[in-house]
Amino acid sequence: MKKVYANATEALDGILRDGMLIAAGGFGLCGIPELLLQAIKESGVKDLTFASNNAGVDDFGIGILLQTRQVKKMISSYVGENAEFMRQYLSGELELEFTPQGTLAERMRAGGAGIPGFYTKTGVGTVIAEGKEHKEFNGETYILEEGIFADLAIVKAWKADDTGNLVFRKTARNFNVPAATCGKICVAEVEEIVPRGSLDPDCIHLPGIYVHRVIQGQHEKRIEQRTTRKKEEA
Amino acid sequence: MPWDRNQMAARAAEELEDGMYVNLGIGIPTLVANYVGDKDITLQSENGMLGMGPFPYEGEEDPDLINAGKQTITELPRTAYFDSATSFAMIRGGKIAAAILGAMEVDEKGDLANWMIPGKLVKGMGGAMDLVAGVGRVIVVMDHTNKHGQSKVLKECTLPLTGKGVVDRIITNLGVLDVVEGGLKIVELADGVTEEDLRAATEATIVD
Repeated sequence: MKKVYANATEALDGILRDGMLIAAGGFGLCGIPELLLQAIKESGVKDLTFASNNAGVDDFGIGILLQTRQVKKMISSYVGENAEFMRQYLSGELELEFTPQGTLAERMRAGGAGIPGFYTKTGVGTVIAEGKEHKEFNGETYILEEGIFADLAIVKAWKADDTGNLVFRKTARNFNVPAATCGKICVAEVEEIVPRGSLDPDCIHLPGIYVHRVIQGQHEKRIEQRTTRKKEEA
Repeated sequence: MPWDRNQMAARAAEELEDGMYVNLGIGIPTLVANYVGDKDITLQSENGMLGMGPFPYEGEEDPDLINAGKQTITELPRTAYFDSATSFAMIRGGKIAAAILGAMEVDEKGDLANWMIPGKLVKGMGGAMDLVAGVGRVIVVMDHTNKHGQSKVLKECTLPLTGKGVVDRIITNLGVLDVVEGGLKIVELADGVTEEDLRAATEATIVD
């Protein structure tokens, strides 16, 4: 089966529909599927729910879909970098399901592994636990969290082969792995598609079984907080 | 003289022992890395890295290499990268020895609030709820009072909680307190701070 597509628009052809749940990889602006997000914006599809740790910034990442009001709901752990997000949320235009970062990652991992729910101590005694089943194990209280089963996963990797095996680079791996696994269909954008056989089979971060479509493209890879130190004088 | 930010960070660094895997929060906790000295400490960044190095030299920033505060950083010879689910599995699984983090409020039962102010500040909890529920030891580093001079060390937190009964030790500009049965116990006073000063700035019950 051919997995390599020419561009983001073609790779999403026949998949997008209003009201769908999309799991997106990335942490902050690091490792986000920027080309696929742009193509989703251009498609005009609306009422989307995104499971994504962050919501980008106003003009990059998921932020571009907030500007066009294509997003109905976010499932995220941190949205502090996006003024338009805050405005839409505080005015009630946008739903937000705050989910602790580790719980979000595990909800995606669980969904991808066919696990509908799991118990965790995270959030016990906080607003996160309200309305959720509580259960004791060995004298400690846990809450039930549900796996995420997304209609579509969009992720960004460093390299792929034509069978969809993915390799990530440094901290850009982040949510891309769990997000990819929890989608009924997963589309990956990469910096380079390499010939079959040129990735070390011992060093594949995500096997191609999880990846249905792949595109290669040019990435801006914007830096959110540029922090540096001065070289000491010799 | 109460401790300044760097002195608080230096005091917090004394909590760390050779061989520990540690997660440092944003703000004063980040400064703790400057005071670990010769101790063999591995820093975790919950976005998927063990062995976090210092900020890069100008011109060497890598957009694929950031910490949990989204700042550009560097790797070390010991560095390992992994995905977010693996990262929080090691947090939830109790593999991280300690987390040092900031707070808006802490109370005498070890409750911690540091993620939102209703109607004002809605940024999110990020990984803080997972960290305080999962790591071996939770150490809070913060100013003892807010900018209006009101105590941040309370009988009961007023803001939405990050975790309930999770804090082990509180390090402030005035000293060090432990969460114990019935309240907080004074462990240490900052240089030139009297027990009377600390008690006056604390709303929480202090036990002997």
